Amino acid sequence: MEKDIIIDLRNINIALGGQPILQDLSLYIRNKEFITLLGPSGCGKTTTLRIIAGFLQPDEGQVIFDGSDCAGVPPHKRQVNTIFQRYALFPHLNVYKNVAFGLKLAKLSKKELHDRVTEMLALVNLTGFEKRTISSLSGGQQQRVAIARALAVRPRVLLLDEPLGALDLKLRKDMQVELKNIQQQLGVTFVYVTHDQEEALSMSDTIVVMDEGVIQQIGTPKDIYDEPKNAFVADFIGESNIIDGIMLADLKVKFAGMTFTCVDKGFAKNEKVDVVIRPEDVDIVPAARGVLPGTITSATFKGVHYEYIVDVQGFKWMIQSTDAYAVDDVIGIMIDPQEMHVMKKSKYSDLIGDYSSFSDEFDELSNPEEDDDE
Amino acid sequence: MKRRNGFLSTVYAGLIFLFLYLPVAVIVVFSFNSGRTTTNFESFSFYWYVRLFTTNFEAQAALRNTLILALSTAVITVLLGTLAAVGIDRLRRKFTERIALSANNIPLMSPEIVMGISMMMLFIFGGALFNQQFVLGFGTVLLAHITMCLPYVILSVLPKLRQTDPHLAEAAQDLGCSQVMAFFRVTLPSITTGIASAFLITFTLSLDNFVISRFTAGPFTTLPLHIFGQIRMLVRPDMYALTTLIFVMMFLLLLGSNLLQARAAKRQNKHT
Ligand SMILES: Nc1ncnc2c1ncn2[C@@H]1O[C@H](COP(=O)(O)OP(=O)(O)OP(=O)(O)O)[C@@H](O)[C@H]1O
Ligand SMILES: [Mg+2]
Repeated sequence: MEKDIIIDLRNINIALGGQPILQDLSLYIRNKEFITLLGPSGCGKTTTLRIIAGFLQPDEGQVIFDGSDCAGVPPHKRQVNTIFQRYALFPHLNVYKNVAFGLKLAKLSKKELHDRVTEMLALVNLTGFEKRTISSLSGGQQQRVAIARALAVRPRVLLLDEPLGALDLKLRKDMQVELKNIQQQLGVTFVYVTHDQEEALSMSDTIVVMDEGVIQQIGTPKDIYDEPKNAFVADFIGESNIIDGIMLADLKVKFAGMTFTCVDKGFAKNEKVDVVIRPEDVDIVPAARGVLPGTITSATFKGVHYEYIVDVQGFKWMIQSTDAYAVDDVIGIMIDPQEMHVMKKSKYSDLIGDYSSFSDEFDELSNPEEDDDE
Repeated sequence: MKRRNGFLSTVYAGLIFLFLYLPVAVIVVFSFNSGRTTTNFESFSFYWYVRLFTTNFEAQAALRNTLILALSTAVITVLLGTLAAVGIDRLRRKFTERIALSANNIPLMSPEIVMGISMMMLFIFGGALFNQQFVLGFGTVLLAHITMCLPYVILSVLPKLRQTDPHLAEAAQDLGCSQVMAFFRVTLPSITTGIASAFLITFTLSLDNFVISRFTAGPFTTLPLHIFGQIRMLVRPDMYALTTLIFVMMFLLLLGSNLLQARAAKRQNKHT
């Protein structure tokens, strides 16, 4: 095992209310790493954090912190602090006392305590807010108090449960940068939970993609994006066209009735596979020069590029391009070998279809909103 | 039309208040009467107040008994009831919780006389088990009042607990509190209004209870029992004076608690 591992989750299983919530979850977290648990609502992200923090005991498996088993260690004895999904600031205390709460318990001297609180409030840009009540703060400010309160006690690991979920887009972007800065500045391990894939990609050193209590893939943001392990990961992270294919031989894959050269190997001969092609990796060319012919069925201007839905032999692809085309234009498409990524079939293969039912509004609606958990 | 409605409802409200407070007003006024009849007001005097505190030792003892009883009932019931509410709040199973709440509500609805008689029987039966003949007294009436008041405490504390974010206690634990400490530092402050009103309710309930005390107090005399005992010989105006004092005390208590609650509400809404 690597020496620098601070938390090691080994084969964690837990059931709540008779339902299995986490299944055989194994994961190690390196010291000072920014690791993100990413997955749809209800996949068990909060549950994982609660197990690390000690609020839940796993039915099976071990939580190893800094080399020693945490079983039976109560939350207040763990060097881990949590920022809760809805902040959980103490309403009867003002900002200063909220931040000082953990320090008082740690029996810091008066001066040390004052210095630390002042330092923390400065860190989160809340100098001058000491006397304010919690209810008088905006969402973003409450968020920062929660961060200051958790960091004030100098935890080794900070668990953040969708800390930016309640903020508007602009504030969220600013806070993402701030959080990342704070993390690097203080050298604290962050275990970050989100269901926003963009947030995960831009902030993390490591991403853990989960679904239904099972880890689907662990890797760097680039790994996860470029080489998703299965159709779920490919679909959840960014946009992707996932096409049924057959691996004819190493470096040869057949889909949409054509044989392509690719860079993947190690599959059985004629194994059925999923082929992932990202919308930005497909080139639109005049019909005569393309390897596959297609008809544009919808075009949306997105600012930097256009987003097209293209009918290729009945299968709807999403393609992004900076060139303008009109609906009903017949075009050709080109794909470079290194832009194709071949994945083994999984239970998700049949569930994830093409872009035929795709529309922007629909996407917004199905965006998982913050709903009550537990 | 609208104005007429406004006028009518003012008159109506006025009448209601009149009916509610007229009897009290009569007593207050006649407690300052120098004569002893309630038919004519002779002249203003503190005679009955003086008399109450100088010569009426029985009434004084009864008052002292009642205050001690009400205070003990309030303290003990609030402690027990708050603990029980915390327990019920933590019941994870909805079914068990429903049963606990129904069990809590039954004493609220059963007639006092039933509770009084059944508790008296229970005490006497319990005494008989230990070969004690005269069990009734302060202890039994206290137990009876606690039983009577407990449901009210649960009903006023439980909703406050429900409103409290359970993550608050967890956050406190996360920052270094043990579970018990987290309760005192974080949960308790957010349910204090519920506890305060529970205290007030139990105090008043115990203070003016007659029926249950009648059955369970034995030789122990509370103020309501004492006053009732006097009726046979005609109530003297020093009892009016006493009633007036109690009324004023309750009024001040209520006023104080309302002011406190209003202040708390204002503080919460200040900037939102
Ligand atoms: N105490 C509980 N009893 C029964 N089921 C529970 C309990 N707590 C959580 N669950 C279930 O466990 C699953 C995972 O919950 P969890 O809170 O970990 O999800 P999550 O990934 O954090 O979701 P979200 O993004 O919505 O916060 C959910 O299906 C939830 O309903
Ligand atoms: Mg959650």
